[in-house]
Amino acid sequence: MNIPLSWYLILAASLFCIGLYGVLSRRNAIAILLGVELMLNAVNINLVAFWRYLDPAQMGGQVFAIIVFAVAAAEVAVGLALIISVYRSRKSVVADDIDLMKW
Amino acid sequence: MIWLLPLPPLLAFFLIVLVTNKKKALSHTLGVGAAALSWLGSMIVFVRALGVEHFGEHAFESVVDWLPTGETALQIGVRIDPLGAAVLFFVAWTILMIFLYSVGYQNFGQPAGDHDVKGLPPHGATVTDNMGKKHTVMSIEPMYSRFFAFLGLFACGMYTLVVSNNLLTLFVGWEIMGLCSYLLIGFWYGKKSARDAAVKAFMTTRIGDVFMLLGIAFLYSATGSLSFEVIFAEGTLHALATTPAFFGFSAAGFIGLLIFIGVVGKSAQWPLHVWLPDAMEGPTPVSAMIHAATMVSAGVYAVLRMFPLITADFSGHGLTMTMSIIAFIGSFTAIFAATIAVAQNDIKRVLAYSTVSQLGFMIAALGIGAYVAAAFHLITHAFFKALLFLGSGSVIHGMEHGALHTGEHVDPQDLFNMGGLRKKMPVTFWTFLIGGLALSGFPVLTAGFWSKDEILADAFGHGHWVVFITLAVAAFLTAFYTMRQITLAFFGEPRTRAAAHAQETPWTMTLPLVVLATFAIGYGWTGIPEHFPILGGLIPNWFHEFVGGTLAVHPEVLEFSIWPLLASIGVALGGLSFGWLAYRKVRTPRQDRLQIPVLKNKWYFDEAYDFLFVRPAAWIAEQFSYLFMDRTIIDGILHGIARGALFLGGVFRNYIDKPVINEFFGDGTGNLVKRAGAGLRKIQVGRLQYYMLASLIVLVAFAVLYYLLLA
Repeated sequence: MNIPLSWYLILAASLFCIGLYGVLSRRNAIAILLGVELMLNAVNINLVAFWRYLDPAQMGGQVFAIIVFAVAAAEVAVGLALIISVYRSRKSVVADDIDLMKW
Repeated sequence: MIWLLPLPPLLAFFLIVLVTNKKKALSHTLGVGAAALSWLGSMIVFVRALGVEHFGEHAFESVVDWLPTGETALQIGVRIDPLGAAVLFFVAWTILMIFLYSVGYQNFGQPAGDHDVKGLPPHGATVTDNMGKKHTVMSIEPMYSRFFAFLGLFACGMYTLVVSNNLLTLFVGWEIMGLCSYLLIGFWYGKKSARDAAVKAFMTTRIGDVFMLLGIAFLYSATGSLSFEVIFAEGTLHALATTPAFFGFSAAGFIGLLIFIGVVGKSAQWPLHVWLPDAMEGPTPVSAMIHAATMVSAGVYAVLRMFPLITADFSGHGLTMTMSIIAFIGSFTAIFAATIAVAQNDIKRVLAYSTVSQLGFMIAALGIGAYVAAAFHLITHAFFKALLFLGSGSVIHGMEHGALHTGEHVDPQDLFNMGGLRKKMPVTFWTFLIGGLALSGFPVLTAGFWSKDEILADAFGHGHWVVFITLAVAAFLTAFYTMRQITLAFFGEPRTRAAAHAQETPWTMTLPLVVLATFAIGYGWTGIPEHFPILGGLIPNWFHEFVGGTLAVHPEVLEFSIWPLLASIGVALGGLSFGWLAYRKVRTPRQDRLQIPVLKNKWYFDEAYDFLFVRPAAWIAEQFSYLFMDRTIIDGILHGIARGALFLGGVFRNYIDKPVINEFFGDGTGNLVKRAGAGLRKIQVGRLQYYMLASLIVLVAFAVLYYLLLA
């Protein structure tokens, strides 16, 4: 117990920022999806860390993290399916090219 | 029962107008059927009335509240007393007969005309017979159904008037008849003369009606009721007779005078007589029904009704002012119209002036207080004058037939185009002769003798010498022009080819003639004075007993005197024989010595009225009402207002609407939104990352703000 909570939080914040940067800067849709995954996992780290340091008697943090995994897996499945569908019709996975709804 | 009497003709009117307009046979069936229903009802009422002892005191009456006026209600109702029953009798008979007659007169069953148009009399149709020869025959009236509809409405008005127990519904019926008179005089509205005559009749009678309405209003304000029973109660009459009104009249006398002016208009008395002769422009059944038998009689009927009021301050010696006026107008009209009738050549116009003259007899009789005599003459006159008019219609019809047959264009109404018709139209001749003799007062046999004699006897018996002599001279003239008419039309040789080819009319026309001729003789026997030599007392003087019972004070039976009897026999026979002698040999109007301009032109009354009233009215209408009032003042004000409004509108538009509303609110808002949209559009780049970046920035900004403000 000599590692303080703040370290985990800093790690999670860094990971979140990296994920956010990836989402905002990459043009490839798959890379954006990867960034989203990083952000979700940063949140998971936070959840587990808070659980372990603040209220280990309850299982809420762990359960929440597991639900996030499940949702993330489902989201990736849907996201990849969409990207493949777009790729088939437009021969591209670049987000900028997917501008069907633009004015 | 009595309530229902006016209804069938009214229903027939609406049904014909709304439903059966196109079907001519159905329309006249409805019209005649309705008249027959009302006739049947009237006969039942009449017979029941005969069975009641002292019917005058036990009249049939039924009343309902109609208009609530404050505390009390204005009541209307029906009442049949002896006078009402007697009038109902002749009204029902003449109306039914005239309805039937109209079927033939308007040429039912004849083909539609070649060139007939609505609003003009039928001109005849060409038919081809079995031999392939073309004939011109009479054609059916194009507006046949409309005619029966109007007759129905008229009959409704007349029945309403007769059964009314109050002045209000009496006046309603009075005005309905006035309207129908207008509509029917102008029935052939394509003719200018018919249009003018209709307007003239309407306007002239309207003058009288306004005074009558004033009288009714005065009466209502004085007594608070218009019901005959209330007005003629002894106390009310006494109060009215002792209340002074204007110009030395008592209230009763003044109201009586006002109502009498209405009668002057309706019954075509001098000086409002001018409309009746012109009203002959209408179809002949109309002349017979409205302008001889019923509507003009309604005027006399109204005076008969008002008799207790008019004579309320009459003591029996010396006529009151109102009665003197009535007697003067009546006798003056009687002689004045008779002089005109002498010089008229149109068969219907002679009868029209004769009607005016005979109505004058009745009015004069009422003026001298001869109530029963006036009522008697009213009824006998209705019968024989309707008969004469229908007879003249039959003559005209026969002449038209002759004119169409020979292709000769002659006026079928001009007496000098006729002649020798007695052989061509025997039924018409005999009935016309009976009617003419009744009108002349041919002794003993005819109804006209008994009634006219009674008026003369009354005038003689009460010492009204002026009235007596005037009426006797008028009676002489009556007999004279009647014989002139009969001689010219029926005797001698035909003056035109049309007259030579005249033909007897169909049964629908001759049957009414025969029925009315029966009454023109027979009805007189109901009123033979008791003290008459030989005949008196053989048949009781039913009429005097019955109708006299209407009044509270039963009029006494006049003492018999031989002089008025001799006078009336003398003038009748003298006039008849003089007329026969004078016109036996006359062939053309030139040989007629009585065609003097002053009589021919009706004493220039039309011209005088035209000069005195019509032209000034037209001048005032043109110069004052139209040019000054209308164009200058009213239009000026209107134009001023319009200009003001226009100016105000300009101000609003230029200084408020355009700058403020349009540019600031309307266009300003629109432009603002447009510009904002154009600006905001730029951030909608369509790249997801930008949106997320934007939300990130906003999130961070809010977080910082939150932190700074709250922590």
